[in-house]
Amino acid sequence: MIQLKKRAWSSESFGHIVWRRFRAHRFSFFCLILLAALTLSAILAPVIAPHDPNEIAGMFSAAPTAEFPLGTDQIGRDELSRLLYAARVSLLVGFLATVISTAIGVVLGLLSGYFGGWVDMVIMRFTDMVMSFPYILLVLVAAAIFRPGMWNIILILGFVDWPGVARLVRGSTLSLRESNFVKSSVVAGMSKAHILFSEILPNTTAPILIYATLVLAMSMLDEAALSFLGMGVQPPMPSLGNMLNGAQSLTILTSKPWLWLPPGLMIVVLVMCINFVGDALRDAMDPTSIHRT
Amino acid sequence: MADQQPILSVEHLKKYYPIRGGIIPHTLMQVKAVDDVSFSIREGETLGLVGESGCGKSTVGRQIVALERPTSGRVRYRGVVISSLPERKLGPIRTSLQMIFQDSYSSLNPRKRVFDILAEPMLYHKMVARADADAEVERLLGLVGLPKDSKGRYPHEFSGGQRQRICIARALSLRPRLIVCDEPVSSLDVSIQAQILNLLRRLQKELGLTYLFIGHGLGAVHYVSDRIAVMYLGRIVEVAKAHELFAHPAHPYSQALCAAVPNPDPDDRREPLVLKGEVGWQVEKTGKREQSRGCRFYPRCRMAKPSCLGRDPALEPVSPGSGHLVACPFAVSRETPGKDG
Amino acid sequence: MWKYIAKRILISIPVLIGITVIDYFLMSLAGSPLSMMAGPRASKAALAAKGAQLGLDKPVLVQYFLWLSQILAGNFGYSIKGKEAVSSLIASHLGPTLLLMGVSLLLSMVVAVPGGIYSATHQSKKGDYILMGLSYLGNSIPSFFLAMMLIFVFTVRLNWLPSGGMATLGADLGGGDVAVHMVMPVIVLTVSMAGTNIRYIRSAVLEILQQDYLRTARAKGIGRFKVINKHALRNAMIPVITVFGMEIPTLFGGAIIVEQVFSWPGLGLLTMSAIVNRDYPVIMGVSLVAALVVLLGNLLTDVLYAVVDPTIQYH
Repeated sequence: MIQLKKRAWSSESFGHIVWRRFRAHRFSFFCLILLAALTLSAILAPVIAPHDPNEIAGMFSAAPTAEFPLGTDQIGRDELSRLLYAARVSLLVGFLATVISTAIGVVLGLLSGYFGGWVDMVIMRFTDMVMSFPYILLVLVAAAIFRPGMWNIILILGFVDWPGVARLVRGSTLSLRESNFVKSSVVAGMSKAHILFSEILPNTTAPILIYATLVLAMSMLDEAALSFLGMGVQPPMPSLGNMLNGAQSLTILTSKPWLWLPPGLMIVVLVMCINFVGDALRDAMDPTSIHRT
Repeated sequence: MADQQPILSVEHLKKYYPIRGGIIPHTLMQVKAVDDVSFSIREGETLGLVGESGCGKSTVGRQIVALERPTSGRVRYRGVVISSLPERKLGPIRTSLQMIFQDSYSSLNPRKRVFDILAEPMLYHKMVARADADAEVERLLGLVGLPKDSKGRYPHEFSGGQRQRICIARALSLRPRLIVCDEPVSSLDVSIQAQILNLLRRLQKELGLTYLFIGHGLGAVHYVSDRIAVMYLGRIVEVAKAHELFAHPAHPYSQALCAAVPNPDPDDRREPLVLKGEVGWQVEKTGKREQSRGCRFYPRCRMAKPSCLGRDPALEPVSPGSGHLVACPFAVSRETPGKDG
Repeated sequence: MWKYIAKRILISIPVLIGITVIDYFLMSLAGSPLSMMAGPRASKAALAAKGAQLGLDKPVLVQYFLWLSQILAGNFGYSIKGKEAVSSLIASHLGPTLLLMGVSLLLSMVVAVPGGIYSATHQSKKGDYILMGLSYLGNSIPSFFLAMMLIFVFTVRLNWLPSGGMATLGADLGGGDVAVHMVMPVIVLTVSMAGTNIRYIRSAVLEILQQDYLRTARAKGIGRFKVINKHALRNAMIPVITVFGMEIPTLFGGAIIVEQVFSWPGLGLLTMSAIVNRDYPVIMGVSLVAALVVLLGNLLTDVLYAVVDPTIQYH
């Protein structure tokens, strides 16, 4: 809570240790670089895409050529450009949904764990209820009631995905509340806000971050599934899921693999990289070994 | 015994922890962690509080610094009842009472540098200007015998003894009058223990501090304390000046504790007093009629007599007018040789 | 122990009430849930006349209880599109979904238990890395994409398996026919679950292998296989049961997508067509039943947990 001025003296911080240990996982480090490259190309899509994603640039469903490296779709749009823009949309949806759900989960988990009693009771019962609804069903129902679209999908995923984070944060808060450094802060007369956000929260960042990678992977898969079912991001805006939606017909499936293989593989690669990064992060942040190296 | 107002007094303190359960959750039983404890500490004094694990001594400490609220009874600081004051009304008293914990590792936030650990509470209470925080942290580090450049380090870079010094510095940063030391040296190597104890003694002299020193063995407690209170199963069974208690323990439990302290004299041929029997009676079903079940030490006492089961012995002077109090009628009736405190 | 089970059931009651409240609330966003019960034959004018009789003029809380009493009596309302009773629609679609879920759940365990144990006992060896890689792949592949690839290989290229449905149209070929239709949907669901389970079981076995009592058993000269089989597995089953409970909601969600791709006539297909047609009474009925299935699954898990784990306290 109290902002202190920049200090010249330094020592290896937690972040440094984690980074050093993370790099030791060579495969995950490779995944991180790949993920960064794909994200960068998605962000830079307007600059590097050869065509406008909605421009009808060539023949219908043409096979890959030099001008259209991944061919064209059913109405003649450049598949590569659409893929870049779709990755941009899917990453944005996943990222924002994760930010929203993590924020909700962290606040509810902190309150629940620190105050206990009836606050905890109410929050945890509510969490149980949200968790009891099959996730996809809840999202679909919400998508049916509110009009589907990118922003609504972000909000829906964000407001449905928080129970896991809330439980996680509650658990750590419960054990941290009993730690001596929190008790010291109480004895020192620090405010509840200081204790919650400056003492407890920084010590839960490791599990939250690891869990957030899981949520990110899940939200991206869910966005893909929803858009595939026609309840997510709506055309003409491309997303990795709705690019596959167009490929449901048997003729495309059989004879035009360039229309469905690239977006499908893109999801797999993105989600897999996120999962591996999360796994290496878990190892790198392992509290039982962090202080020994 | 001069009759000055004590800095802190504890009156009939009780702390019962409920054990809840059942289909419809309700309190099934109570653990009587602290059951009617009274004592007072004078300014500048060190009161030792000893007893085995689970006897409630740490619970007493936590109530004094208002980490927990008593089930009944009061804690007074300079005459003000603080045990029933809400947190926001504690005001400056909050910082006057500080605590040092046993486990120095979990006492320091692993994500913060020593500078932040020491400076944040002072800045929060505006006890130091932001510009002076750096110098003040360095002064505190010097006070507890740590190099100035420690402030840029993280807790995990220090040894157990050094971490305990940081904890002491943090407690001192708020300029407290009384510090509850909850087994501050129990988890340290013996050689380090002496250093920390000496540091505490030196600080007491320099800053005029008052300590409540909690420990499970008489050794360390005897070294720093002016007076010692012995606790057994949530109750004080004996209070005396440190040397007096060590030389003439009156309660059978204190005698066993004294006998457990290793004596460097090779000619010492004291019989070790080994406690036998079950530790009883701390958990009670609720709803039962409150009734005295006699002396708590009865099941393990080597001097137990049937009459001990009849009444719960109260703290009484060993001899009339003495400051040496004991909760055992046989210790009182026995003629104590020599003088007492 | 019975006390524990009774307590567990009592705890789920408020959750169940909460679920109906959420359900009612969501449905209210789409229109009056109570009027959706009125049935297909009621015309707009008749509805307005019946408004008072239905209690639509009453406060929301009263309306909720009226609706709840209807639900408890088994009246979930009528489908807007098919004019059928929602309860009978659900009844006829629940079976195929449960069949799909049950078989996949079992199969995922059949794959994940030996896989997880192998991985744990060969930690940091080649086999472990391959299995872990596959498990992450299984987690990262969208079920509909896997389904499309399976159809591409097994239906389009090899022509071994039917691309959808539960039975060959116009022919009554019995259980074997259903089994053939089930292969691909079950594979898709199994892959997504086995990916998670295998890692869960691996870490559970790893943890148990480090326990002192297992080292003692090894030191006594008991063979590696026997140690794992007799001592480790039983204890590793405890976390596995937890996974079971956690996965039921995920499985239900997965079934919706898989049923859609393979035209499997279960609750998922029913839900999707209801959602596309904005058939709210059906959507709400399915949500309620789905939540109930999940709740029952969790209850079962907890009870099973209590049976297997001797250290759990019943009070």
